[in-house]
Amino acid sequence: MESKHVNQQIAAMRQSFFDEEVLDEFFSQLEQLEDQNNPNFVEEVFTMYFRDSTTLLETVEQAMKTISITLAKMDKILHQLKGSSASVGANKVLNEINKTRQVLEKGNLEGTKAGIWEMRKEYDSLKAKLEPYFQLKQANSVPQEK
Amino acid sequence: MNSSSGKSYMSTASSSVLWKAGGDVVADQFPAGLRVLLVDDDPTCLMILEKMLKACQYNVTKCNRAETALSMLRENRNGFDIVISDVHMPDMDGFKLLEHIGLEMDLPVIMMSADDGKNVVMKGVTHGACDYLIKPVRIEALKNIWQHVVRKRKNEWKDFEQSGSVEEGDRQPKQSEDADYSSSANEGNWKSSKRRKDDEDENDERDDTSTLKKPRVVWSVELHQQFVAAVNQLGIEKAVPKKILELMNVPGLTRENVASHLQKYRLYLRRLSGVSQHPSNLNNSFMNPQDATFGPLDLQALAATGQLPAQSLATLQAAGLGRSTAKSGIPMPLIDQRNIFSFENPKLRFGEAQQQHVSNNKQTNLLHGIPTTMEPKQLAGLHHTAQSMGNMNMPVLSHGSQSSQNNPLLMQMAQPQARGQMLNDSTVGLAPRLLSPRGQSMLSNGMATNVSTRNGVPENIRAPSYNPVSQTSSMLNFPMNHTSELPGNSFPLVSTPGISSLAPKVAFQEDVNSEIKGSVGFMPSYDIFNDLNQHKPQNWELQNVGMMFNSSQHSNSLQGNLDHTQSILVQQGFLSGQNRNSTVISKAMFSAGDSTGHVNAQNSNQHLNSLLDNTVRVKSERVADTAPANLYPDHFGQEDLMSALLKQQDIIAPAENNDFDFDGYSIDNIPV
Repeated sequence: MESKHVNQQIAAMRQSFFDEEVLDEFFSQLEQLEDQNNPNFVEEVFTMYFRDSTTLLETVEQAMKTISITLAKMDKILHQLKGSSASVGANKVLNEINKTRQVLEKGNLEGTKAGIWEMRKEYDSLKAKLEPYFQLKQANSVPQEK
Repeated sequence: MNSSSGKSYMSTASSSVLWKAGGDVVADQFPAGLRVLLVDDDPTCLMILEKMLKACQYNVTKCNRAETALSMLRENRNGFDIVISDVHMPDMDGFKLLEHIGLEMDLPVIMMSADDGKNVVMKGVTHGACDYLIKPVRIEALKNIWQHVVRKRKNEWKDFEQSGSVEEGDRQPKQSEDADYSSSANEGNWKSSKRRKDDEDENDERDDTSTLKKPRVVWSVELHQQFVAAVNQLGIEKAVPKKILELMNVPGLTRENVASHLQKYRLYLRRLSGVSQHPSNLNNSFMNPQDATFGPLDLQALAATGQLPAQSLATLQAAGLGRSTAKSGIPMPLIDQRNIFSFENPKLRFGEAQQQHVSNNKQTNLLHGIPTTMEPKQLAGLHHTAQSMGNMNMPVLSHGSQSSQNNPLLMQMAQPQARGQMLNDSTVGLAPRLLSPRGQSMLSNGMATNVSTRNGVPENIRAPSYNPVSQTSSMLNFPMNHTSELPGNSFPLVSTPGISSLAPKVAFQEDVNSEIKGSVGFMPSYDIFNDLNQHKPQNWELQNVGMMFNSSQHSNSLQGNLDHTQSILVQQGFLSGQNRNSTVISKAMFSAGDSTGHVNAQNSNQHLNSLLDNTVRVKSERVADTAPANLYPDHFGQEDLMSALLKQQDIIAPAENNDFDFDGYSIDNIPV
């Protein structure tokens, strides 16, 4: 049926995230927390994550444009992003963050900016991938679970 | 899962379940329903963690601001069992929140952060966090957080009991029970202790005196001696207030008085044995070197009269303690009383410590006196420290300040404590005792004593500490107490023949005199040693502290206490920023190991030992036999620490060798 097909699609999408290492085991952990009472928990978490991190990223990008950006400030933001990205299982984003932080520790401002830019790319990519996934899941679950 | 586990807990919970909340629903379902306060400014993490905690069947309250959390806690002190907080928050630093909570509500706090740098984790430890989680947090990590609640309750409960409120005859043994912190056992404890605490008053009973609301009893020297004699007679582990009271047979003295005094005494012993903390941190006021001069004087008076006026002694001690108290973060409330008692205690302590080696309690007493050149204050401080540290093991660590001296004492004390009672006597006594019983021990004793003396007062070593020696007579009693005082004189204390009040001591003292002399000469070298220690980099100290901290965690028996003490120790060491502490600690460990020769290994100190290995190694040559290495399993968690320690040891070693030179002289004289 359509559901079945959609389910397969969803499963395939999900698997691809893991295969590409876009997501890691923490994402699975989140999935485990989903239950009858909270069927969309993972999606809720990601919504929160995207919302929050978008703000952070904008702040950091803004800061990068200014001349007086300090490495400390950027580090703080990256640290925050690191925590939340790690908790949701956003693997590639996390990797980029870690790389950028290492560069930042060495005091390389330009390198840090480049790193943030890379991270941003991964982040956007993640978002682009997950949004349809959740939509599909949502749509699929509604008729079935209701 | 909770209910089943809860039930199993209940069944296993034994002794502590005095108050077992019979059939309390919560207990049965433990750890379900654990009330967690979650603080994190990151909404994503907050959401995830909340969900996880709920999945663990905990009762979760979340907030995203530290201020909010703090006000929630203040409004409802009993409303939460544990707090989980992020480190980096915009409105308040996580560590600051941690401190506040620790001070005001004394709840267990778990820190978490995406930052896993060693420094940050260390900071968490030193600020008193009971755990540190790295983000991303796994649900498995959260499942076990209840252990911190139980542990804390058990510690508190124990302290509470010790204060005499609980007349359980087996309170003392409890110390050894710390080890069985298996969650199951703890559950019962947790329940009962929690209940108890709630009933009683939640405030930190440990410190005391709340139990004593009766008219204050002034523990004069004589009274204290009687007390100590009674305790020795009963055996520190079996000494219960009721029996002590009977033995003492003092009209007008209530069981409560005795109970609270006993608690202090225990703490004191503990402190002596394990406290190597720096003087500043620990209430080891008496340890403070500066006060050393002050101390000895009083002692003389005391010695002369055979009875130091309570007030003066108290003053002495208070002064001594006051200093340390001010500095130390750890509340050692009973300082005043302790002073008097700590004064005496050292004597006892030594005796007990010695027990291991020496069969005679009496003798140990003597020994106590001997090695402890510490001034009364120091002694008090030491005592306090020991007690506050909670079990011997800790004391050792705490003594870090006085590198060598304290250590031996502490170590010894720590060791005995593990045993359960040694605290009282052994810690101090150990050092000296060791020497006497065995020829070789001399070395260890010397070391021990050195250490012990150092325990309280790192500074003492340097200079004023000599006072005790010169005073000999008066100092005798004193020195014992102050183990830490005389830096080099482990023996000088012994030599205080002057103290008439301590009959047994007198005999011993004479022998000691000779030793003291020896030690006097010895002292200078010791100072050098201290200097060396002092210069140790702070990191080392921290490291040591950390190590000790880690190690304590591993120790079984004293785990509960250790953790507690260690954190204290850690904090103190950390705060004091004295390198010495670390040195001392290591030394203490070493000494303990050496002096006892064997015992130490058992204690949680093992870890410490490993830490101290360096020290020990260095000394092992001297101490001979008990190859410290043997004693201490390699528990190091941190190799770097060890290497740091080793390095330090290397540096110190030369100095220490000097110290030991005087071994030749003697402790043999000490009649055993």
